[in-house]
Amino acid sequence: MNTTRKTAGAIGLALGLFAASGAAADTIKVGVIAPFSGPFAQYGIQYQQAIETYVAQNGASAGEHEIEFIYKDVGGVNPDQSRSLAQELLIREQVDYLAGFTFTPNALAVGPIITQSETPTVIFNAATSVINKESPFFLRTSYTLWQVSAPMAEWAYDQGLRTVVTTVSDYGPGIDAEVSFKAAFEAKGGEVVDTIRMPLSTTDFTPVIQSVKDQAPDAVFAFLPGGPPTFTYTKTYNENGLRDAGIMFLGTAETEESNLQGLGDMAIGLTTAYHYSAAHDSDLNREFQAKLHELHPDGIINWASVGAYDGVHLIYEMVKAAGSDGPAAVEAVLGMEWESPRGALTMDPETRTVIQNVYIREVERNAETGLLENAEKGVIATVGDLGWDQ
Amino acid sequence: MDLLLNIAVDGIAYGMILFMIAVGLSVTMGLMRVVNLAHGGFALIGGALAHWLGAELGLGFWLAAPLAIAGTVLIALPLERVLYRRIYGFGELQQVLATIGLTFLMIASVNYLLGSTLLPIELPPALRQTVDLGFRQLTAHRAAVIVVGLVVIAGLWGLLDRTRFGIRLRAAVDNRDTASAIGINTSSIYMLTFALGAGLAALGGILGAELLPIDAYYPLRYMVLFLIVVAIGGMGSILGSFVAALAIGVIETASRYLVPDLATIVFFGFVILFLAVRPRGLMGSA
Repeated sequence: MNTTRKTAGAIGLALGLFAASGAAADTIKVGVIAPFSGPFAQYGIQYQQAIETYVAQNGASAGEHEIEFIYKDVGGVNPDQSRSLAQELLIREQVDYLAGFTFTPNALAVGPIITQSETPTVIFNAATSVINKESPFFLRTSYTLWQVSAPMAEWAYDQGLRTVVTTVSDYGPGIDAEVSFKAAFEAKGGEVVDTIRMPLSTTDFTPVIQSVKDQAPDAVFAFLPGGPPTFTYTKTYNENGLRDAGIMFLGTAETEESNLQGLGDMAIGLTTAYHYSAAHDSDLNREFQAKLHELHPDGIINWASVGAYDGVHLIYEMVKAAGSDGPAAVEAVLGMEWESPRGALTMDPETRTVIQNVYIREVERNAETGLLENAEKGVIATVGDLGWDQ
Repeated sequence: MDLLLNIAVDGIAYGMILFMIAVGLSVTMGLMRVVNLAHGGFALIGGALAHWLGAELGLGFWLAAPLAIAGTVLIALPLERVLYRRIYGFGELQQVLATIGLTFLMIASVNYLLGSTLLPIELPPALRQTVDLGFRQLTAHRAAVIVVGLVVIAGLWGLLDRTRFGIRLRAAVDNRDTASAIGINTSSIYMLTFALGAGLAALGGILGAELLPIDAYYPLRYMVLFLIVVAIGGMGSILGSFVAALAIGVIETASRYLVPDLATIVFFGFVILFLAVRPRGLMGSA
């Protein structure tokens, strides 16, 4: 099928040369697989808003090609559905690119298919390192857990923190976060006193927090999925006086923007290491947000938005360079450098995850808007996927 | 020693929150014998209203919470008239399907109106402070939940065991035809009891929100938890739910202190064992 399409493309190109310029450009389709309904619908909505923002800023065509996005709802963590949607998009809709993917299992499920069909696939979110090893056609514009957890650990050591207890939700990303934090912190000479893995269904974190308090480390490192668990965890952290006891909170995505206002004043002072804050101080970021809010006044902007925004940029560059030729398209953007709303990015030719800045941030209340934000205190590292060789 | 005290304090506080969110269900499902999976939906409506009244209209907690409970009851009453009245007569499976359908409608409505992000309920300063117990701290909010829980169990016991309403309700549930034949207005009894269940659900949703935060998917997220409390307690027994909630709170808290990695397995292991030995629950009647 692919060969026929390429032949057809070649013939088309030849005819096009004869017909001189001005002929209508072909359309390249991009299939976006993400949750658009259910508890995780927020991700899909954010991807779509970011994509529309990019298109509004840059037009609907890349080079000679019109670009069309087709959205498919995968619902939630559902690898089977993800695979069948990818098949449907590739076979029936004849898409040339895939994008989206919030959850690691959903991304892993399409690995063999995209290798076979040679379809460049841009991951907007899923953050475990192993995904990109499953297919040479995976490219990632989000981050990996190693990428933010290890710099967090090194920064913590440099701040004089020597003992840490890690508390992570007991699932893939949580374990990645724990392992990477521990490895980096111990490599520096620090001590991880205890590693607590909390079942995903945990609703009351008091026992965990109380155990941490009893061990009296310098800091507690946390990784939890967004939403209710993070909300309850940070609440419990404050209420049980860990902050007053001098046990610092270290996190990554816990203070992300979609639930930050919901956390309220108790979030103030929480320290996180992450690659994007909506409060990042740059013109590009402000333009991105202004345009997105012009299209969607109530739109929430966080790492998922910027992951999609940069992902679309990557797709546009691939289309410009190679049209629908998958392998050539991937080849064309390896090592590409560009400026994103989050800062400078490079597409790492080896890991195919972006090399980016990791910022240290602290939650503050913005004096002008009265809203909570992740105020960036500095760049603590510029790193690629540190988990690639693990 | 400290560990035991910690387990006791946290376990009772957590158990009381479980009781608060499940007691409404033990009224509708236990007393009225309707498998009301929409219970969490009423808790969600209560919590969402409290959030909306507090965050959007700027009302204080002490005003917003009672208004939200009243609002939930106002929504529940017509639902009882129009829907539940028919659902009472269904078989159990049909009740499950009808009420879970209703739950989806509630989720979708809240999602549409308020979005899918967290809907925090701002607590007043009085409940946000911490109480020093000597060996550790406890938040005033949890202490308040313990007090309210005790008031609710005492109130329900008084209402059901010591008032005419309670006698009529028990008569209506045991044999509806005979009860109405001797002049008890069973339909208004059912409506009032259902309203009570919904109001308690809303109260539990609001008070429990610190631990089980409100968002549009609240009913599905915690449905199993509500059902476990009622199943362990035994259908139809408010006191059973109370004891069950405290026991579950203490067991779950103990396992989180002692074997945090295995807490979920330990917890469900206990539930399975218990129900295998006593399928009718702690105080279930045959």
